[in-house]
Amino acid sequence: MNQHNLTRRNFLKISTSVAGGLMIGFNLPTTAEAAAGDATEINAWLTIDPDNIVSIVTPQTEMGQGAWTSIPMMVAEELDIPWESVRNVRADANRHVNNGDLYTTTSTGGSTTVSKRHPYMMQAGASARERLRVAASKRWNVPLDKVVAKQGILTAEHESSGKLQGTYGEFAADAAAVTLEAEPAIKAYGDWWLLGKEVKRLDVPAKTNGSAIYPIDVSVDGMVYAAVQACPVPEGKLVSYDFEAVKGMPGVIAAVELKQVKDIAAFTDLRSAVAIVAESWYQAKNALAVMPIVWDFGRGATISFDSQTAEALSLLATPGTLLKDEEGNIGKGMDKGVNHDAVPDLIASASKLVTGEVYSRPFEAHATMMPPCAVVDVKADRVDVWTFTQDIARSLSEVADQLGRDTKTVFLHQTYLGGGFGGGYNMDVHRQAAAISESIGRPVKVIRSREEDIAQDSQRPPVWGTYKAALGDDGLPIALVTHFVGEEKMPVFSQRGVANMPYLVPNRRHEYGAVKNHIPIGYHRAPGANSNGFIVEQMADELAQAGGWDPLDWRIKMTEGIEPWQRVLLAMKEKSGWTTDMGNGEGMGLAIVESHGTIAGCVANVSVSRRGQIYIDKLQYFINSGYVINPLGAHEQAESSAVWELGHAMFGGLQLREGRIVNTNFDSYTLMRMPDTPPVIEVNLEMSQDQWWGGLGEPTGPPTPPAVANAIFYATGTRIRTTPLSKAEL
Amino acid sequence: MAITLNINGQDHEIDVDPQMPLLWAIREKAGLTGTKFGCGIAQCGACTVIVDGNAVRSCNTPVATAVGKAIRTIEGVSANNDHPVQLAWQELTVPQCGYCQSGQIMSAVALLENSPSPSDNEIDKAMAGNICRCGTYPRIRAAIHRAAELTK
Ligand code: FES
Ligand code: FES
Repeated sequence: MNQHNLTRRNFLKISTSVAGGLMIGFNLPTTAEAAAGDATEINAWLTIDPDNIVSIVTPQTEMGQGAWTSIPMMVAEELDIPWESVRNVRADANRHVNNGDLYTTTSTGGSTTVSKRHPYMMQAGASARERLRVAASKRWNVPLDKVVAKQGILTAEHESSGKLQGTYGEFAADAAAVTLEAEPAIKAYGDWWLLGKEVKRLDVPAKTNGSAIYPIDVSVDGMVYAAVQACPVPEGKLVSYDFEAVKGMPGVIAAVELKQVKDIAAFTDLRSAVAIVAESWYQAKNALAVMPIVWDFGRGATISFDSQTAEALSLLATPGTLLKDEEGNIGKGMDKGVNHDAVPDLIASASKLVTGEVYSRPFEAHATMMPPCAVVDVKADRVDVWTFTQDIARSLSEVADQLGRDTKTVFLHQTYLGGGFGGGYNMDVHRQAAAISESIGRPVKVIRSREEDIAQDSQRPPVWGTYKAALGDDGLPIALVTHFVGEEKMPVFSQRGVANMPYLVPNRRHEYGAVKNHIPIGYHRAPGANSNGFIVEQMADELAQAGGWDPLDWRIKMTEGIEPWQRVLLAMKEKSGWTTDMGNGEGMGLAIVESHGTIAGCVANVSVSRRGQIYIDKLQYFINSGYVINPLGAHEQAESSAVWELGHAMFGGLQLREGRIVNTNFDSYTLMRMPDTPPVIEVNLEMSQDQWWGGLGEPTGPPTPPAVANAIFYATGTRIRTTPLSKAEL
Repeated sequence: MAITLNINGQDHEIDVDPQMPLLWAIREKAGLTGTKFGCGIAQCGACTVIVDGNAVRSCNTPVATAVGKAIRTIEGVSANNDHPVQLAWQELTVPQCGYCQSGQIMSAVALLENSPSPSDNEIDKAMAGNICRCGTYPRIRAAIHRAAELTK
C-alpha cells in the first residue's frame, strides 16, 4: 500500500489530491532553531481526501532509514487518524526552493529526521486537527470544547439533535478556510497513541517486487546513456582525449568534456571529466574504457596513504595545535576548566605514565549499492531531474547553477535511494547529467561504473591518534593528553567524540593536526565518531588495564554522575554476561560511544582460531536514544549500522597509491557478506526512556570496531590498532 | 542482431549486440528495471536473475547465452507480490534501501527451489554472492527460514 511510483498516473493522482482536498500550511520555527536565534520560516502540509485518506508530504529522502514512515507517523499522531488511512507523498522540491524553503529543510542526514524535525512535523498534524474541530463546531453550531477529533472522526453531543458525527474528509474543505487564533501545543511524551508503537515501514512492499523506482530506473522519451570518467587522481584535470578513436564503435553518439569551474573542486562543483554518450550504457562504458585520455594529475600524484601516514607520524611526534574550550564541547559536565595548561607538567612529573601507541583508520567509501546515477532532461523552458541526493533542494539548486537557469524552471523528482549513508550530499552526478544533456540536446542518464563511483566518492577521511595519561594512586587518570591527526579538507572530523568523550579526567588537553590530502571528503554514517571511537575506546581499555581496573567498572567510575551514560553501562554490566576472562581463544570486549545524541554501548563476543581467524560470535547493543518513536525501525537501523561499520572494520579500507584509490570494486574493496555476519546481534532499547530525541540511523556503528578489537585483546593478548582487523597477524 | 529472450514466460524480440550483458538487455531493451546494476563484475549479486532454474549474475552473462532459456526476474516471481519469499521479506521487514533486494530475493527463490529447508550453512553459501550495504543479512537469514516454513 501507499506507494506512489513515478508513473504519470500517480503523478496525476497526487496532484489531484493536492488540489482537491484540505491543504494545511503552517509556520513555526523548531524550538531548537528559535532557541539558537536563527529561526527559519517553516511550512509543510498534508491533504485530506473526501474519503478520509490523509496524504502526508515527506520532504526528506527515503534510503531505507524510514523517513517516509516516521514523518507520516509524527503527523498522524497529532492529527489522530487511523494509520491505515495514511499515505506518504513526495515533497515538491521546486515549490520548496521557490517559496522560501517551504519545508524548512529537505536535508536528510545526521539522524535528524525525527530528532530535530518533530516539533514542526507534529505541529502540522495538531494544526490540522484543531482546524477540523473548529470547522465542525461552526457547522454543527456547538461549542468547540464539545467537539472531539479522534481516529479520523469528529463527534459532538448536541442538546437537541443528540450525537453528531462526521469524518475528517467531510469537514476538510471547511477546515481549509479556518484561521486559528493560536497554534495548539503538541502532545507530550506519554500522551501518544501511535508514536512508540512498532510500525512497519511503508516502503517495504514496493521493495519486494522490483516496483520501487530509483534514479537508475527512470526513463524519459528520447533518452540516451552516458558513462563518465573524472581524473583518477582527484583534483587532476583533463588535458585531451581522442574521440576519433572510438567514434565508430557501436551505438556511440558523442563525447562531452565536463569542465571544472573552480580551481580546486569544492564538494559539489563539477569536476574535470569526460563522458561518452551512447544508445546503451554498456556501449558508452565500453567506448570510454578504450578512448585515449591524457590527464594532468596535479598535486595529488605524489600522495599515497603511506606518505600521509609518514606525515601523520611526524606530526604526532611533536605537540599538536591545542583545541580550545570554545572550539568544541569539551567533556561532559565539565565544559569549562579542563585545565589544559596544567596537563604537560602533570604528565612530565607522573609517577605512573601510560603512553599510547599510534592508532589509525583508513579511508572508506560509501559504496551505496546503487552507484551514483542521474537522469536530466534539459529543455528550452524547463529542466527535469532525477538523481541520487540526500537533499532535493540543494541538488535542484546545483542543477540550476550548473545550467545558469532560474530555480523556478528546474523540477527535481524524488525517487527511492539505493542507500545514502552521507554519500548523497557531496555529489556532482546531476551536474554531470545536466551538462551532458545541455550539450547534446537530449535527455541523458548518467550511471557511474562502480570503479568510477569508488574512485570519485567523497570518502570518509582517515585518522591517526595517540595519547598519554598520568595515573593517580587509585589507578585512575589524573591527566590526559590526546593527539589526533586528520586530513586538511575536513579536519573537524578528527575531533568528534574525542574532546567530548564523557570520561571525567580532571586535567585534559586535546591536540590536533592535519595531513595534506587531495581525496574528496564527505559525511559517512556517524562522521568522525566512526573512526575516533575506535581509538578512544581502546585507549579507555588500556588506561583501565594500566590502572588495574576492570574496563567496564572503569567506565562506570569515570562517568559517575552522568546519568544517561550510567544507565547504559549498568545495563551492560547486568545483562551482557560481562567477563574479561573467557579463555579458550574467546574474549569479550566492550565500547561505548555517543553520536547524534544517542549513547550506544556494544559488547562483542569473539573467538580467534589457532590460525588467527577472527569469528564474531555475538554483538549486544545497549542504547539510550531518548524517545524511540518506532521500536521496529530502531531495531532495523541499529542492526544496519552495526553491520555497516563492522564491515569496514573487518574487511574494508581503501588503498591510496600515487594519488588514486586503487581498490575500486567489490573484488578488492571487500565488505561484509552473509557468511561474515555475526549469528547473533541483540539490540536492547529499554534504557531509552529519557525525554530527549537522539538519532538512531547511525550510533551503533562507532562502538562496534573498538568492542571487537577489545574482545580480540582479551582472547589473544594482542591489541590491533588499525583496520581492517581481518588483516592483523594473530 | 535480432534475438528473442523469454523473460517471465513472455517472448521479447530485441536488437542487440550478442555480447551485451543480459542485465542491460533486461533493463534497457525489455524495460524491466527491477533487476539492478551494482558492480558489473559478478561480485555483488544485485543483477541476479534465474535462468533455467539457476541463479546467475546477469551483468556478466552475454545475452546470446540466454537465448532459448527461461529467464525469471523479480517481476516474474509472483503477480501479486505474494510469493512465500516476498511474504516473508515483508513480514520481517527485510528491505531497507531495497536496492540489493531484487537480487537477494532471486537468490533466495533459487535456493528454496533447490533446497526447501536450507540450513544456515546452505544459506551462507547461496547468499554469499549478494552484498547488502544496508546490512540486512540477519533479517534475510530469518526470512529465508520463514519462507521455507510458509512453503510447507
Ligand atoms: S551487478 Fe552483477 S554481480 Fe554486481
Ligand atoms: S537493502 Fe540497501 S543494500 Fe540491501
